[in-house]
Amino acid sequence: MDIRLLGAEPSAEEKSAIDEILGAPVSAWDGGERGSMRDAHTAEFGGHSTREQRHMLLPALQALQSRVGFITEGGLDYVCARLGVPPAEAWGVATFYAMLATSPRPRRVVHVCDDIACRAKGAVKLCAALEARVGPPISHEPEGDHVPLDRDKAAWMHSPCLGLCDVAPAALMVEAGETVMERSIGGANIERLYALLTEIKVPGADGANKPHILRSPQIVSGGLLQRVGKVDPTSLAAYRAAGGYAALAKAMDMGAEGVIREVTESKLVGRGGAAFPTGRKWEAVRTQKAQPHYLVCNADESEPGTFKDRVLLTEDPFAIVEAMTIAAFATGSEHGFFYVRAEYPLAFERMNGAIEQARAAGLLGENILGRGMKFDIEMRRGAGAYICGEETALFESIEGKRGEPRNKPPFPVSHGLFGKPTAENNVETFANILSIILDGGAAFAKVGTPQSTGTRLFCLSGTVRRPGVYEVPFGTSLRALIDMAGGVPEGRTLNAVLLGGAAGGFIRADEIDIKLTHEDTRASGTTLGSGVVVLFDETVDLRDAVLRIAAFFRDESCGQCVPCRVGTVRQEEALHRIASGKTRGGVSAELALLNELGDAMKDGSICGLGQTAYSAVESAIKRLGLYSEAGSAHA
Amino acid sequence: MTVPSFVQIRRPDREPKKTIELQIDGKAVKVPEGTTILTACRTLGIEIPTLCYLETLRPVNVCRVCMVEVEGSRVLVPSCSRQVEAGMVVRTGNDRVNHTRKMVLEMLASSVDLSTTPGMDELLEEYDCKPERYGPPAPPAAAGVRDAAVCGHHTPPNPDFAATVAQPPMVDNDLYIRDYAKCVLCYKCVEACGVDHQNTFAIAVAGRGFDARISTELAVELPDSACVYCGNCIAVCPTGALMAKREFDMRSDGSWDEEKQKATDTICPYCGVGCTLTLHVQGNEIVKATSPLDNGVTLGNLCIKGRFGWRFVQRNAES
Repeated sequence: MDIRLLGAEPSAEEKSAIDEILGAPVSAWDGGERGSMRDAHTAEFGGHSTREQRHMLLPALQALQSRVGFITEGGLDYVCARLGVPPAEAWGVATFYAMLATSPRPRRVVHVCDDIACRAKGAVKLCAALEARVGPPISHEPEGDHVPLDRDKAAWMHSPCLGLCDVAPAALMVEAGETVMERSIGGANIERLYALLTEIKVPGADGANKPHILRSPQIVSGGLLQRVGKVDPTSLAAYRAAGGYAALAKAMDMGAEGVIREVTESKLVGRGGAAFPTGRKWEAVRTQKAQPHYLVCNADESEPGTFKDRVLLTEDPFAIVEAMTIAAFATGSEHGFFYVRAEYPLAFERMNGAIEQARAAGLLGENILGRGMKFDIEMRRGAGAYICGEETALFESIEGKRGEPRNKPPFPVSHGLFGKPTAENNVETFANILSIILDGGAAFAKVGTPQSTGTRLFCLSGTVRRPGVYEVPFGTSLRALIDMAGGVPEGRTLNAVLLGGAAGGFIRADEIDIKLTHEDTRASGTTLGSGVVVLFDETVDLRDAVLRIAAFFRDESCGQCVPCRVGTVRQEEALHRIASGKTRGGVSAELALLNELGDAMKDGSICGLGQTAYSAVESAIKRLGLYSEAGSAHA
Repeated sequence: MTVPSFVQIRRPDREPKKTIELQIDGKAVKVPEGTTILTACRTLGIEIPTLCYLETLRPVNVCRVCMVEVEGSRVLVPSCSRQVEAGMVVRTGNDRVNHTRKMVLEMLASSVDLSTTPGMDELLEEYDCKPERYGPPAPPAAAGVRDAAVCGHHTPPNPDFAATVAQPPMVDNDLYIRDYAKCVLCYKCVEACGVDHQNTFAIAVAGRGFDARISTELAVELPDSACVYCGNCIAVCPTGALMAKREFDMRSDGSWDEEKQKATDTICPYCGVGCTLTLHVQGNEIVKATSPLDNGVTLGNLCIKGRFGWRFVQRNAES
């Protein structure tokens, strides 16, 4: 395939950043010099071998972004030449991700979160103060072709949830350069942000990339968080000394079918939000005839209010590597992908370190534990797109395409990554595997309730006294969980709880005796989702939180299907009309319209994003009565 | 329109297919394995509206107009891409299905200029759509603004208006125009330009959400892009967002009149492929050239010469 390039030359800096990721070009066909025999039109060069590298498109664009701070014309052209990707398609991919800038930007950008949990902790005021002090953020609609900013200075922009809700308000600083600098900032205040935007030197006392991690109470002994804070997450030796890799050895003794039997018996269901039985998924992949099989760890934890996977990945990365290896053994996969959201630099670093150490120790690679098993894990980073947490959108993203979800069926177990059978699980799901193997599925199933087995990690944030990750057995009441976290601050009253994230729903303060199980939440019309529990006391404007959720879905819709692309816009507009008192035919007419839109989004959207974009809004209307007469008086 | 399906044209079956039995709107129907629900419905004479579906393109199931209910499925399913399964129970016209179709059409009609979409007025009426209930359309974006939209937090909505994709038409060459105020983002042009037909890859979907748009790389003008002006994107565009310059100009000055046009099939005179050309003639002047979708040679495709290179005919007549 001949592709037409822009004809723009990359700078030496851009070229070296891209070559670092892709290796040096081998012929004129993939961006190298002309004149060698390798330029000959042979099947070896320029054809499939180049185009098969399409899955390196996002990493190559990220390398460019990390080095120069935005996707330059010359850089884009060079990436396209290297990978045989038409520039229009590469442009489509680059413009899909919020962390990739497609117009010039300063090297340093501070992303300031103003999502639900940070909002409850004053993020809106913080952003307003920041704007007053340093000027407006990078805007959605830049004037003309370029953002008028000084390249040498820094800029800031609003950010959706950064997964640092336990240390809200939060921010993330990214500075492009020879070595990209990324800092997660918890407890952000105006002075701190001002310093980051005006001082070129980053305050060294930051604790490097380390976000403040709150220790979470461990309720169940031998639970998921048993090593958190106790075992050095950067040392394989420490992990092994704490019993690590015993599960993998035992799994190999049990055989693939034995592993799946235990996982099925444990009744473990996925912890990403959809709660699909893990054993059934693995068995479906294992028995697929098509080869190869792939294993994917979904660490694109982006549901607003969710940060449990961040804690697991930063504090116990070897457990995830070991569990992925067991899953690969059970499903017959030799190739695994670990896809983590861009906003988790420390998680990426820790997992990368863990994978490298495991590889060096023969725990990944050609002959794992000397028993002939072959498996390795490739790392991928997201680039700022909530939708890529959707399982099939994540495949598209890995494949170097826009993160647009696929229509199902066919399902990933038969047609997943690269069209092959794929087992994709959430980080917390993987974390549960180790105890299932070591103690048996039956023992696992004894914890929790008969239908919701094991423990669950809950992310407590908002106006809660002790935010953090709490592990409790399924069946614990929400009230007990809130009490463990100290409830709302002294002297305040709980007004509402957001359960399950933006894709979940609000519940009233008088409903918190609900048992935290899949069956109980389903029965009362709500969901556990990804384990989000955001508390709101009377200091939080709930209607503002609803507006933010509506804006979030409008921002994060991939734009592929009409119900979601336009529905999320119309939903937000209706809520703004209510908020501004400019309703079309009164509040009740707007609520009826919202319901009509919600039904169409639920029934007509391709994926879970559109299908749940009305959930939280609906719960605010129907459960909280936020827009009824009483609710209006209250707000 | 009876058009052989894409699959049948491209990949003739070597083995006879199994027959699948299912039920649609209470009627039993037998169709070959691999048939889509849409095709199965058409064999029963059940009409299902579509926008992003075309017989000659791989279904992308993004417009969600063709949704139907399948028993046991949590959500509605796109009939254009979902293949039939034995024992499937399909309902094509109940309240739930009609509601989603109505809302999808309303969403489009309130945000996109559908004035040149064939059959759209009838469809909007059939589903009782009231696009005006979302408020007066927002003023059009200035040229280039939608192409420069940045992912992330958007500008908060103005409660006085309904957001639209309106922007000025892009007229950057003599052969065809791109009026993305009329674009429903059906992906057909991208598919036709890409692996489904032309393999030129001059355009792709860029941006995200409501800001998603069809774009060349860096939104450069067509003459600077990879475009080869085959016009196969125009042939598949369901809304007239992509239109030959000639038609655009005639519509602009009010002289375009389809009722006065006569379509005549002939063979393209340029090369030995022998593409069937349909010449649309108005007032003894060729105003447009297309090729039939069901033509085995072209599948509706032409090259720059066949699509645009017929002005010489007029030249002789004029002189």
